[in-house]
Amino acid sequence: MLRYFLKRLLSLGLSLVVASVVIFLALEVVPGDPAAYMLGINAQPDTLAALRDELGLNGSVWARYLGWVGGMLTGDFGTSYTYRTPVAEMIGERLWISLPLALYALTLSTLIAFPAGIWAASKRGSVVDVAVMGVTQLGVAIPNFWFAMLMVLVFAINLRWFSAGGFVGWDAGFWLAMKSLTLPAVALALPQASILARVMRSSLLDTLSEDFIRTARAKGLTKRQALWRHALRNALIPVLTIIGLQFSFLLAGAIIIENVFFLPGLGRLVFQSISARDLIVVESVVMLLVLAVIVVNFAVDMAYAAVDPRLRGRR
Amino acid sequence: MTGGNRNLWIGAVLTAIFAGAAVISFLWVPYDVTALDIANKIKSPSLAHPLGTDHFGRDILSMIMVGARTSIAVALVAVGIGMGIGVPLGLAAAAKKGSLLDELIMRGNDLVFAFPSLLIAIMITAVFGASALNAIIAIGVFNIPVFARLTRSGALSLWTRDYVMAARVSGKGAARISMEHILPNVLNLLIVQGTIQFSLGILAEAGLSYVGLGAQPPIPSWGRMLADSQTMISFAPHMALFPGLAILLTVLGLNLMGDGLRDLLDPKLRRARA
Repeated sequence: MLRYFLKRLLSLGLSLVVASVVIFLALEVVPGDPAAYMLGINAQPDTLAALRDELGLNGSVWARYLGWVGGMLTGDFGTSYTYRTPVAEMIGERLWISLPLALYALTLSTLIAFPAGIWAASKRGSVVDVAVMGVTQLGVAIPNFWFAMLMVLVFAINLRWFSAGGFVGWDAGFWLAMKSLTLPAVALALPQASILARVMRSSLLDTLSEDFIRTARAKGLTKRQALWRHALRNALIPVLTIIGLQFSFLLAGAIIIENVFFLPGLGRLVFQSISARDLIVVESVVMLLVLAVIVVNFAVDMAYAAVDPRLRGRR
Repeated sequence: MTGGNRNLWIGAVLTAIFAGAAVISFLWVPYDVTALDIANKIKSPSLAHPLGTDHFGRDILSMIMVGARTSIAVALVAVGIGMGIGVPLGLAAAAKKGSLLDELIMRGNDLVFAFPSLLIAIMITAVFGASALNAIIAIGVFNIPVFARLTRSGALSLWTRDYVMAARVSGKGAARISMEHILPNVLNLLIVQGTIQFSLGILAEAGLSYVGLGAQPPIPSWGRMLADSQTMISFAPHMALFPGLAILLTVLGLNLMGDGLRDLLDPKLRRARA
């Protein structure tokens, strides 16, 4: 286990290094000088030079890369070109919306998908199964930002249960804040829940046809007992993988959903930064999201290598 | 008719409707989608405009037909990029299993996988600006590891088959075996996955153009139509309804077709799609 852990840790480190180089170089080739962009066309050459110096744009590519990575390791993400505030601070603020949103959506999707998938698998071919499969087929096909718009129309504009967008802030109290995240979280959760329910169902069906389930039934367990005591735990491995993968989709998907609801999260920050050519912010947010994805997938791998020794040898 | 067959038919019909609409739009559309008709703006569906008009008085049916073109073209080329690069990589990795090349290809795949497609798109737009072409590249890049992995895993099991052994004994090289014996046998897998990636590509294109990173005006695209409709949704819900339905039905059709094709081409693989 330790060897597997170290091996995966090494590959995690390598992935992060390569990812940071790719992101840095990609944004390095962007035409246009951020300093010139900030000062406008009437800038004096000496002010321009001073600003370039202040932003650290004068060093070699190599030095700037090391500065960027080194800064991030110590929590210093640099200074935003447009807002002139520390990027780490901006990201920290936005993270308090995007992260709870992703977790909220993940919780919702798991709470919907598990019962639906288990129910459908335990009554294979029944009306319930057909209904779950039909609804999830729709859930996978629906664009979630469109679903979000329809929800705004129904629940915010017509029924007035929720506000159509914006975030009240955590200062307004936990429940009010959660309420303003509810429609976005549902919109994010719907496709994920559909996928997860389908994976849960098929994985459980596979497990239910295994010999050890027959043995369990033969020794006198009811179908229900066999499912809850033996099948479910074994069926969870692919489900866990998908949950891990989904976390990254939720963080990235939040970028679009935040735009539907005008939530001031990481997603909106990225878009504002792109249009303002505030590349240091784009760079840092993208790196942060990639880091989150890589680390979550690593954690999932570790979690089921710990559960299932057979998986340690693979890859 | 079996369930898989029924899926295949429903899916094929839905897909054909939208593909047909896209093709017809080259020859004929009810109204010109670039002409503004402010006198008729934001009209609900009527006989003259079956799906109503938008805030510039443009006919929504015509825009959906021309928009189908954008969606299908972007998704199709993106899948083409994914297959064109991913399949050879997967074949090469399988042929040289365990080699440095294999390791490099697979780790490269993992790396691309770590970037959600939307992030790739955002980076590409940040660098090169928003356009349909950049949306294609962003979605296409994300398709590469999907096809590379699938091809590699499919090919690996084939390399142990007797007929491949026979081909090796007869003196064929790895490249020739990959082309003549491996590729034809993973084609089924690729077709099924291709349908699925195509539908994901349509969703991705819609999402990108919704946030303004895809096709730029005046090229109509379903995602942009939705973005335009958003502020008017309270008094003109039809503007939001129809483009969304178009995306939903196209993606649904492709998914059903993918499921049906899988049942048809590979009865062993009846696992529900993840």
